[in-house]
Amino acid sequence: MSKCVCVIAEYRGGNFRRVTHEVASEGRRIADALGVPLQAVAVGSGVAEKAAELGRYGVEKVFVADDPALEGYIAETHTPIVADLVQKCDPAVVIMPASVDGKDLGARLSARLLAGLVQDSTEIVVENGKIKAKKPIYAGKCYCWNEWADGEMPLISCRPNVMGCLAPDESKSAQVDKVEVTLPEARSSVKSLELDTSGRVGLSGAETIVSGGRGLKEAGNFSLLEDLAQVLDAAVGASRAAVDSGWRPHADQVGQTGKVVNPNLYIAVGISGAIQHLAGMGSSKYIVAVNKDVDAPIFTKADYGIVEDLFQFMPVFVEELKKYKSSCS
Amino acid sequence: MNIVVILKQTPDTESVIRIAGDGKSVVTDGFKWVINPYDEFAVEAALKIKEKHGGKVTILSYGPQRVVEAVRTALAMGADDAVFIDEEHLESCGRIKVAQAVAAAIKEMSPDLVFCGSRAVDMDMAQRGPMVAEFLGWPHLALATSIECDGKTVSIQRSLEGGKVTQESTLPVLVTFGGSHAVWNPRYASLPGIMKAKKKPLQNKKLADLGLDAAEFTPEKAKVRVVSLELPPERKPGKIIDGGLDTEGKARELVRLLHEEAKVI
Repeated sequence: MSKCVCVIAEYRGGNFRRVTHEVASEGRRIADALGVPLQAVAVGSGVAEKAAELGRYGVEKVFVADDPALEGYIAETHTPIVADLVQKCDPAVVIMPASVDGKDLGARLSARLLAGLVQDSTEIVVENGKIKAKKPIYAGKCYCWNEWADGEMPLISCRPNVMGCLAPDESKSAQVDKVEVTLPEARSSVKSLELDTSGRVGLSGAETIVSGGRGLKEAGNFSLLEDLAQVLDAAVGASRAAVDSGWRPHADQVGQTGKVVNPNLYIAVGISGAIQHLAGMGSSKYIVAVNKDVDAPIFTKADYGIVEDLFQFMPVFVEELKKYKSSCS
Repeated sequence: MNIVVILKQTPDTESVIRIAGDGKSVVTDGFKWVINPYDEFAVEAALKIKEKHGGKVTILSYGPQRVVEAVRTALAMGADDAVFIDEEHLESCGRIKVAQAVAAAIKEMSPDLVFCGSRAVDMDMAQRGPMVAEFLGWPHLALATSIECDGKTVSIQRSLEGGKVTQESTLPVLVTFGGSHAVWNPRYASLPGIMKAKKKPLQNKKLADLGLDAAEFTPEKAKVRVVSLELPPERKPGKIIDGGLDTEGKARELVRLLHEEAKVI
């Protein structure tokens, strides 16, 4: 039998995460280009019941390890189990999510399988039956195309929200092969897993981000951004200067030492635009900058610039947006 | 408590990236080289644990001679000694080879804890820590934003998409560090620290000293190879919304453009 493309699914809290559908869709495309089947491996507690769903995105067969002990991801336990399932697939290529846990698992798998890994890929191409993968380096200041030495199996993690997703075909389901799980002896464990159920939009998946910097002057003034975020259903981010000043939690930091984001709309308020910040948000589709300093570097990246004192401008802008929103409804 | 911190030197995050003539590498002239920021967080966390539990902190690094400066900086922050894998071209042999060499050096030291950054700000492959742990046959806890150690176990907190996790492990364990400057607040090297660092022991090791066969460490062994680099597409110059409008007029015009032109609201 010809080798397959293998997709590693990410399952959490009773569902496959959206990025799994993206990776399966990308896997389908690569499998078609190579003329080979698409298989998947899925590990988690209760995952066996859901595994057939991956067929909607083009997966033909899923190898499943289902055990209550696999509820939360921990590298030491998950790596050998996933590695065994991947070997059952006998793949030509393995692709997986470049999520928080996915990148961690990918690195450990790379060592275990002695497979060359490219993390956080934004584009994969098949040329004459060979795989090439593109990834951002220096936080997106540059992109790097990679290839694999002859006879090597590519292992690639794919950046979420970039590669797109097939429309699910509800009529299809994948064949499920449930494999008996032998839990490895482990010294590490998950003590608690708290999922945020507030519905607040996270930075990584946000379509709109409102971000504040040093110009906000103090933590309390971020309420101006929270107001705007509420109107736009946006996530709130911050520059390193704002995080270093203790105004916002580190999880909100956008930039080379924070999150790299790619929303449709990024509104930078009181952010001058240090290189390390621009690297983290430069691939946003549209960028708006509000800053009173006309020479601020952020204006070189902004599609729309507003040279105004943010404390004057922001409340007025929020009011205008509210008027616009109410005229739409 | 003996802690090894794996450290890499990277260009400062304010560096401008230009592609070199070969189309596969970046121009390094004018780079300000620093400790990879996430590795610096690891150094800080190690020093704090040493202050509480005693023991020593050993810096482990590799690569060309310029890296020694970053190692000395970590010693000036308060680390006790260092091991430098003196192999200029180690990184060109691929990430698996780097991790194997680092793991071999760690085995010789048999520490209680190994710390490193969760990722490096240059190639951003986020691989080194988990790979080294796999080659050591140890557990690892990744992306710590806080850490506690009672001498027998380590527990960390990490965030993930829409949630938070607490993980725990017995020693020995490898921990990678996430978070930001604001979380770890890495100390600066003091002037007396810098003076002392010059006299702290730094051992140079070749691959053969680590029991490794240098013939296995060549660029031909790299599984992944760079084909080419490209710069992101230039953004077309934007417009400053002015036209003599007052604040309200500008706000209204911005809403109009976001709706009609950008179609993002």
